[in-house]
Amino acid sequence: MTDDSATIIDPAERLFREVSPIQRVHHLLHRYPAISPAVVLVLAGLVLGAVNTRFFLPANLSLVIQQVAVVGGLAVGQTLIILTAGIDLSVGAIMIFSAIVMAASATTYGLPGPLALLVGLLVGTIAGGINGVLVTRLRLPPFIVTLGTLNIFTALTLLYSGGQSIQKGIPDVLLWTGTAVAVGPFKLTTGVILMVLMYVVATWVLRNTAWGKHLYAVGDDPEAARLAGIAVNRILLSAYLVAGFIFALTAWILIGRIGAASPNAAADANLDSITAVVIGGTSLFGGRGLIFGSLLGALIVGVFRNGLALAGVDVLYQTLVVGVLVIVAVAIDQWIRRVRA
Amino acid sequence: MTAGPERRPIIEARGLIKTFGRVVGLDGADFELYPGEVLAVIGDNGAGKSTLVKCLSGAMTADAGEIMVDGQPVAFRRPQDARAAGIETVYQSLAVVPALDIASNMFLGREIRRSGVLGSVFRMLDHGQMRRKAKKQLQDLGIGTLQSITQAVETLSGGQRQAVAVARAAAFGSKVIILDEPTAALGVRETGQVLKLIRDLRDRGLPVILISHNMPNVFEVADRIHIQRLGKRVAVVSPATHTPSEAVAIMTGALDVEPVGAVH
Repeated sequence: MTDDSATIIDPAERLFREVSPIQRVHHLLHRYPAISPAVVLVLAGLVLGAVNTRFFLPANLSLVIQQVAVVGGLAVGQTLIILTAGIDLSVGAIMIFSAIVMAASATTYGLPGPLALLVGLLVGTIAGGINGVLVTRLRLPPFIVTLGTLNIFTALTLLYSGGQSIQKGIPDVLLWTGTAVAVGPFKLTTGVILMVLMYVVATWVLRNTAWGKHLYAVGDDPEAARLAGIAVNRILLSAYLVAGFIFALTAWILIGRIGAASPNAAADANLDSITAVVIGGTSLFGGRGLIFGSLLGALIVGVFRNGLALAGVDVLYQTLVVGVLVIVAVAIDQWIRRVRA
Repeated sequence: MTAGPERRPIIEARGLIKTFGRVVGLDGADFELYPGEVLAVIGDNGAGKSTLVKCLSGAMTADAGEIMVDGQPVAFRRPQDARAAGIETVYQSLAVVPALDIASNMFLGREIRRSGVLGSVFRMLDHGQMRRKAKKQLQDLGIGTLQSITQAVETLSGGQRQAVAVARAAAFGSKVIILDEPTAALGVRETGQVLKLIRDLRDRGLPVILISHNMPNVFEVADRIHIQRLGKRVAVVSPATHTPSEAVAIMTGALDVEPVGAVH
């Protein structure tokens, strides 16, 4: 927390202070933190589209959106955790664990598809809950807790699956998220639509419920939240539970996308989800950010990778660009946080 | 004060004891707050004024002794318990969330939901009603300098933040408002605004407990002054009968006083 109680500005004085254009931008970004990722996304699209006109073809844009569906889904849960001033390194591990459990419930134990889906969603929620209990009861830092559970869930997945992908006999319900849906000229999937729906619901909940307000309050200033009568630990635990459920929903998207449940899929998903959230303008210090920004963040990464590939740039440079984006995004966040009356 | 001895205190505490390991915070402290008064609590560092006030606001529980609200014994285990009894506290840290807007802060933990299915099933908040009420509350207290009820609290000056915290307490405190060092971080002009706010609250019938280090402030607004020393209440004086230097002398032990009887 920065404390500025020593530098108090008289309200009357403010009227006479010059407001420079930079200050105006500063205040605008402070109020609407999703502006900068939106600007980056539009600029990136324009530049990359100018370099290679194939970028704007509906087929190409459809591909980009499909490619970000999994990371975009994970980023919803990751945003909830980061808003509480936490971080979750186990998102990918929980997703893959849930995917394997979902698929195996049907193929190995013969559960009907919908029931297998429910079992997978339950397992993801419980996995998130374990993170939440460790963070709230043992008061361990989320970074350490989820670093531990990242390894635990990865190991459980490999032990349980024997390192083998599950491809044969996956019920249609689990593959449903891979169904093609044409929206105008764009070829999307039901999984993409599910992902966008997750953003719509999460945005609504954060804006319009007390739980949403409390999540921001707990992340920004837990002591103030406690004194205001908010049960801080209950909010934290619920955030991890909801996030776990979201990771399991994303497991469903993953199975539909690759048509299988693989213990080795989406290996970069942990860090990619954090990248999307950070580029999307959510502060790693908690309490600030918009869930929708994370979708923009995921799209920015997808657009850069795709556009640079179309421009014939080596894949290693794509990774380099993403790295630069992350650092710029955090630098902008630090600058925005310094806004004061 | 014109109050007669038959007036019943709103809050009364008898023989409060609170220890932290070997450190004694309260050593049999008494306390009374009467209707319609501003009671200042002063004392040197470690005299137990913060501990006393935390016991009254539910942030701490005393080891022994009793607290009565309107003559009824109460047991506060959490701040919510005191709040439910109509006692609101403005902490020195203000307990406002910087990133949230003014209306959200005023209703934090006590949000108003929409009526009907939207509220009961979908738990949807009534932003419009909360903003209107927050705005009205600030206007009633004469705080009109804020630009917008939806601006983040961190974009406010120190005095404005204080005003928001006080307005929140006044909106929900039906019996008593406790202010912990409300002027400690403020400039001269803003201090004046907060002192005016305290008088306004009293004039609206809300008694105020003011914890402060600042003698000029205390003597400006207080009706009575509770002096805490070494975990006990050593005296209750009136600004009309005592000078600030006498109060400081009692506070530091340089001046001996008779134990407090029915003086007020």
